[in-house]
Order: sequence, then structure tokens, then C-alpha cells
Amino acid sequence: MLDARRLGKRYGEKRVLRGIDFAVPRGGFLVVTGPNGSGKTTLLRICAGLAQPTEGTIERSATRAQLGYLGHESLVYRELTALENLDLYGRLYHLAERRERIGMVLERFGLWEARHQSVASYSRGMTQRLALCRVLLHEPELLVLDEPYSALDEAGAELLDAQLAELRGERTFLLATHDPERVASLATGRLALAA
Amino acid sequence: MSYVRDVGALARKDLLLELRARDTLPAMLLFVAAVFVVFHFTLPGSPSRLETSGLLWVAILFTALLGLGRAFVPEREQRTLDGLVLAPCDRSAIWLAKSLATLAFLAAAEVVALPLYALFFHRVGGATVAAVVLADLGICAVGTFLGAMAVATRARDLILPLLFLPLAIPIVVGAVGATVVASPGRYLGFLALYDALFAVICWASFEYVVSE
Repeated sequence: MLDARRLGKRYGEKRVLRGIDFAVPRGGFLVVTGPNGSGKTTLLRICAGLAQPTEGTIERSATRAQLGYLGHESLVYRELTALENLDLYGRLYHLAERRERIGMVLERFGLWEARHQSVASYSRGMTQRLALCRVLLHEPELLVLDEPYSALDEAGAELLDAQLAELRGERTFLLATHDPERVASLATGRLALAA
Repeated sequence: MSYVRDVGALARKDLLLELRARDTLPAMLLFVAAVFVVFHFTLPGSPSRLETSGLLWVAILFTALLGLGRAFVPEREQRTLDGLVLAPCDRSAIWLAKSLATLAFLAAAEVVALPLYALFFHRVGGATVAAVVLADLGICAVGTFLGAMAVATRARDLILPLLFLPLAIPIVVGAVGATVVASPGRYLGFLALYDALFAVICWASFEYVVSE
């Protein structure tokens, strides 16, 4: 699903990544760890197609429609409601049963009751739950998740644990975290980046 | 057909955002009204049609610049452009939808601006209205494209006018010409050609503006 060879990234004079090799087969679950500034986010952005490597190559067999990306930002509009945000993404991903799918993910992450509230009124944790709804809405084949547990309370984290466990094996995961023990039982591989 | 639906969904989102935040259209309306009031009191005696036509287009251009400067603000502040870029739709749909939304705001501002111009200065003829429509298309197509480029830079507020105003000179030439001459066909044709040419360029190159 993902195959990276001698991957490197520079921003001007600053080298962020160097000589990264890894492969994630279909159904694999690669956990990316490393201290702040080690290039985890840059690596995930490259894997999602949001950034281009300056060295090496990356091959990704998933199309944009088959990719779910969760970054540090929620990628939802604060002035819109949860329903409006997911409806926008549902339309852009051309989902056949958009309304049913939106209802399902909102229910799953405990946001159904707050679906008509604008995201600006959400707590950080609720916004992260909505971001996860956005990522899972179109049932992507490849999930690229950057710190998905960030800002989630214990209930939210447990919901995510259950979701990851349900999808493991069926989907391919690339997940960056500072808490690798939390997903240790799901991981099929680990990539540790040095600062 | 799916391209049209994508553009519709994105444009609807931009209109909804403005409906909720109300931070672009009121500013454009106030600005254009204030400009005409200021011009009315600063111009000596009865200015000629030629002089006031120039003022009309200066007012429209700078009002548009106000809207264009805010076009990608939600995407910049909330970093949502990544989400739109990752969606499996043609990326030019983002540009087209933004252009249409900005066009709607500019048209709304002109609904106030043209009667004010008529009230303070001279009657607005059919040629002027046609020139406004054609100029708006070019302004929004080029301005939205440049707005997307500018939003990625640190000096975005400075970059947009610096890039946009030189490219808008042909629009001003065509629009003022169409407003003041007796047979405006040639100038309207020039504006239509500008619109078509730059719309195709912006549509075809937008992908590279939003890709790293």
C-alpha cells in the first residue's frame, strides 16, 4: 500500500527527514514514533500527498478517494455545524448514502446530539472527534493519522481504540503517536524517527 | 456532472460561511458606499462623465480587492485547504467555487454601488452594466487565483494587491473604454476575451497553486 525508499525532505537549508525506508502492506499498521521535531508530521504529510519529498521516492497505491488523513488541524470549518462540515466532505467524496453515513459516524463518536451546533462552540476534544468522523466518513482504505489521541478524553480515546481495533486488518494504517504503547497490540510494525 | 456538483457544494460552503461570519460583504458594502460619498464631496463642481467613470472603476476594483483578500481567510485560519486538496474532486473546482462566491459578493456590492454612482454623478447606461458584468468575471477569476497564491505567503496582504493590480490594468482599460465611448462593442469584446483567456489559464493552473 505504501513503499518509501530513501525518503528525504529539506526546507531550504534545514533537513527534516533523511534516508527513510519503509513499506506498509495492505492491512498493515505502522506506528511512527519520535521526539518533537523528528519529522513525523512531515513524513505523514508526504505519505498523504500533501508534501513532496526532496529526496527518494514514495509509492502509494491508494487514490485520494481511498485516503483518510488526520493532521494536527481538524480540517473542518468553525462557522459551520458538524452536519454541514460532514455534508460538504460527503459531497466532495461523492458518497452514495451520504446522510446515513454521516449519521452513523456522528453516532459512533458521540456527536449526534451536537450535530446542529457550530464547531466554534465545540471543545477541543469534540472537534477532534469530528475530525475523526471526517476521516472515517468515506471509509478510506489507507488511514494516515497524526496524533489521533490528541485532545481526546478517556471516553473519546476508548472510542478511537475500538474503531482502530475494528478496522485493523481491513484497512492500512500509518499512525504517529507519542504513546506507542496504546496501539502496541494493533501494530504490525514500528518506525522510530530520530531527532 | 460531478464537477458541477463539486463546484456547487464548495460555493454553497463559501456562501454559508459568509452568512454566518458576515465579515466580507458588509465591509465591501460600507467601503464602496464610503468611497462614493467621499468622491461626491471632494470632486469640484460637476465632474465630467470621463472623470467619474474612472472613479467608478477605481471604487469597483478596490472593493473587489477587499473581497478577494478575504476569499481564502477561512482556509488559511482553519487550515482547511488541506482537506479540500485531499478530496477526490478536480482541484480547479475549489478555484471556480471561490470565484463564484466572490462574484456573488461583488455583484451584491455593485447593486448598492451603481445606484449610488447614478445618484451622485451620472446615469448608468446599459454599456456600463455590461462592462461591470464582464469586468467582474475577469476580476474574480484572476483575483481568486492570485488570492490562493498569496495566502500561502507570509506577506499575503501585500502580495495580493501587488500581483492583482497590474493584471487588472487591461480590465480597467476595457471597462473605462466601454463606459465612455459611443460604440462600446470593441471594449466589451476586449473584456470578454480577457475573461476567457484568464479563466482558462487560472482553471488549468490552479492545481499547481495548491500543490506543494
